Amino acid sequence: MGLLDKEFSDGNIVIAKVDDLFNWARLSSIWQLGFGLACCAIEMMATSASHYDFDRFGVIPRNTPRQADAIIISGTVTLKMALRIKRLYEQMPDPKYIISMGSCANCGGPYWEHGYHVLKGVDRVIPVDVYVPGCPPRPEALLEGLLKLQEKIRNESLRKKSA
Amino acid sequence: MALKTETMVLNMGPQHPSTHGVLRLELELEGELIKKVIPHIGYLHRCFEKHAEAMQYNQVIPYTDRMDYLASMYNNFGYVIAVEKLMGIEVPERVQYIRLIMGELQRIASHLVALGTYGLDIGAFTPFLYLFRDREKILSLFEMTCGARLLYNYMWVGGLSHDIHPDFQRLTKEFINYFKPTIVELDSLLSYNKIFIERTANIGILPVDTAINYGVTGPMLRGSGIKFDLRRNDPYSIYNRFDFDIPVGKGLVGTVGDCWDRYYVRVREMEESLKILEQAIDNIPEGDVQSAIPKRIKPPKGTVYSRVETPRGELGYFIISDGSTNPFRVKVRAPSFVNLEVLGELCKGHLVADVIAILGSVDIVLGEVDR
Repeated sequence: MGLLDKEFSDGNIVIAKVDDLFNWARLSSIWQLGFGLACCAIEMMATSASHYDFDRFGVIPRNTPRQADAIIISGTVTLKMALRIKRLYEQMPDPKYIISMGSCANCGGPYWEHGYHVLKGVDRVIPVDVYVPGCPPRPEALLEGLLKLQEKIRNESLRKKSA
Repeated sequence: MALKTETMVLNMGPQHPSTHGVLRLELELEGELIKKVIPHIGYLHRCFEKHAEAMQYNQVIPYTDRMDYLASMYNNFGYVIAVEKLMGIEVPERVQYIRLIMGELQRIASHLVALGTYGLDIGAFTPFLYLFRDREKILSLFEMTCGARLLYNYMWVGGLSHDIHPDFQRLTKEFINYFKPTIVELDSLLSYNKIFIERTANIGILPVDTAINYGVTGPMLRGSGIKFDLRRNDPYSIYNRFDFDIPVGKGLVGTVGDCWDRYYVRVREMEESLKILEQAIDNIPEGDVQSAIPKRIKPPKGTVYSRVETPRGELGYFIISDGSTNPFRVKVRAPSFVNLEVLGELCKGHLVADVIAILGSVDIVLGEVDR
């Protein structure tokens, strides 16, 4: 032990890996970009409202991409909107995470066949971390998606982002 | 010598928390004053009418859910009424009653979101939490009935997907008793709040003739003082059996037809919906909710236009049938789309901050504007 015993013997110091500290800080205050696309946005609002309370996981909406950590793609991504979403994503500072909420954002959902103006999955323009299935997903499902994202962040390392 | 000035163009949206979805507004400003507002739509165009042509009649119903996703029940309602009119189906009494009850519950739920987010837009966060708490109670009633929280696919042509739960009537009555005092609470929390009145009274006044010229319907038209409600003026389903008032804007704190009036009409409408629910909930007749569902939906050649009063205004379906199992064409007259057009008139001469207040009072749902 040596140095640690002599210098830090009063017990007020926690020793941790920098990785763990950073990950803990990141996963405990994921600020999401406050914007909704379609039906799922209403369920996203319900999740942040009184009954489900997103805030207890440290998730609060920020209205500018420059201050956001995560973006919840809540609804159908049309071709016209896809360009804007890509630009919003590019404006966010690293590290940044994407939750794709609902079937439309995952794969086109009910619009996969005849939707000539619907992007068949948001992962065609931006990289997605967690997919939440459902049309629309229940608030519980979105919370589960968030927990999965936290799990993912917990395993990250400064040297490389986890796959 | 006069100072040389020029107008400035400011983009609001499509990513903006107060545009209620993905609407882009192009604001032409002279200093802080609005000269012109051009709404740009189409960021949520999901090809409803194309889907309707490619699907069978009953397969269209889930897509109507996703148009006005805050009032899915009512969108189902309008569509099935139109197809039933086309085919000449008589629907059992029990189905009529349950549809009406679901419709009115949906109206309350939709207005709760409209009012809650309206408060949120102009800086009152607390009412949003209160109103969403009450909305969850309605959603749990829906969930108990058909298993879905938001998009129901509940009303089918000629019937319903599920009968109501044995506890439904008791719990709905409990909800009615619970909800009545919360409207009073809302009045003291938000409606007569000094700051709220400052932000909304005398803002965005919609004169009667402008409203009529633009074809505005729903709470926006009634906010301007016209007593026009399709439930009364062109009764469909069984609305003519019930006793209820049609609240109109009276200019209690400002001018008739301002933002506050449109807001307050929605508050009063929730009370009237409760009145209808109270009359209907005990009188649901016995019967089978699926007895009138046709085995094969193949309407005769012809056209039909049918309209209902959704929480946002007149929702019309124009269906052309060529005698096959798919509709030849389904045209939707969406209330939000028509109401949005008047925005330019409303905003002229106001400040930038008032655009938020005006847009919130129009209560648009982008899924319905773009379809």
